[in-house]
Amino acid sequence: MPTELKTGKVAIHATINTEPTDWLSEPRETLLEALRDRLGLTGSKEGCGNGNCGACAVLMEGRLVNSCCVLAVEAEGASITTVEGCGTPEGLSPIQRCFLEEAALQCGFCTPGFIVATKALLEKTPNPTEDEIRWWLAGNLCRCTGYDKIVRAVQNAAAAMGGN
Amino acid sequence: MRALQYAAPRSLEEAITLLQEGGPHARILAGGTDLLPQISDAVRDVAVVVDGKKIPELMHLSFDPERGLTIGAAVPCYRIYEDPIIQQHYPGLVDSASIIGGIAIQGRASLGGNLCNSGPAADSTPMLIAYGATARIAGPEGERKVPVEDFCTAPGRNVLHPGELLISLHLPTPAPRTSARYLRFIPRNEMDIAIVGVGVCLTLAETENTITAARIALGAVAPTPLFVPEAGAFLVGKAPDAEAFAGAAALAQAAARPISDMRSTAEHRKHLAGVLTRRALQGALERITTS
Repeated sequence: MPTELKTGKVAIHATINTEPTDWLSEPRETLLEALRDRLGLTGSKEGCGNGNCGACAVLMEGRLVNSCCVLAVEAEGASITTVEGCGTPEGLSPIQRCFLEEAALQCGFCTPGFIVATKALLEKTPNPTEDEIRWWLAGNLCRCTGYDKIVRAVQNAAAAMGGN
Repeated sequence: MRALQYAAPRSLEEAITLLQEGGPHARILAGGTDLLPQISDAVRDVAVVVDGKKIPELMHLSFDPERGLTIGAAVPCYRIYEDPIIQQHYPGLVDSASIIGGIAIQGRASLGGNLCNSGPAADSTPMLIAYGATARIAGPEGERKVPVEDFCTAPGRNVLHPGELLISLHLPTPAPRTSARYLRFIPRNEMDIAIVGVGVCLTLAETENTITAARIALGAVAPTPLFVPEAGAFLVGKAPDAEAFAGAAALAQAAARPISDMRSTAEHRKHLAGVLTRRALQGALERITTS
């Protein structure tokens, strides 16, 4: 049975922030566009549209990816974590709390990408060195902070989460 | 992005049919980190996206001591550098895969895609060439194999015919006392495009301090990744010392024919080709002698 060539809207099922989720996207939509425009998950941002800035970063099957470089149809059957799955206003995650406490954001546009990337880092490397932090976060660009406060926030979060 | 058609075939035969039917506007999708921005920016005119990630051969990664390493065309970089067998036997691939883009790019981008994108500055191609890798291709006329050094033909262009796709890359099993190193020079600390890249693979004799095999390839100094056979041939039979490495580096530098662009000048790139070749050879030697 030959594989169908999809032209119009495609029904997609994925698990987003632990919730089974169904929606329709055209093949040309990126995962970023689907998250923002179809699902109302506007935490992930478009900064560059080509995989350079990390503002759109999400976890896909636990892996850090730029959602602007993934088609929505590729998310079929996948588990996705966005910044909305990293904590809530009422229940900030340690990473979010440390970013606030260290003033590791100003305009906040890059912050969701940094939160998701930091979550992925600390899951893999619970006690990263400064070099490891800077290397891992190299794909997340920030215009406002100069990065030092972000690095401190990540170090504090690692300690708070029992990294050492 | 422009309107697209999308299919995720489950076999090579289906993929070939879809590519043929889509004609010049059909393209295989692997990691998407080059292709999707290119479609979005209308740099490539693509109307049909054929997702290769449901084809088992394209996602396959295995090592056999007799036959060597097989890397499916769509295997992402993180599977390369997290693999203990590749870390042990092909550390040069770990060097390359670890510096393509950043962590999020490496979550999707593949060595096969890096090769098929056919950029002159691709970070994995010089290392694949130095390892003696072969590209296995499938198409309407059947399968064929092409040495990776012959795969790219011009910036963004390669030997794939209409209807063909890259299945996998094959690297021979390294001989004893073999190792490799890939080095790159970039304007920043990370996330940049190579100004110059050098991949070397070096083999020493089992009991003597003599080089028995060497392959050197350069990136970002020619319209395609550049295999420099004379630089490797120069080293065979010599002791792996500073003088030999300097001689090979000079040959590599002489072969480089870079352009000046916004990242660097031709003169700077020529100079770097020599410096990085010498350092990469030293790095490969250290890996051999400390293993």
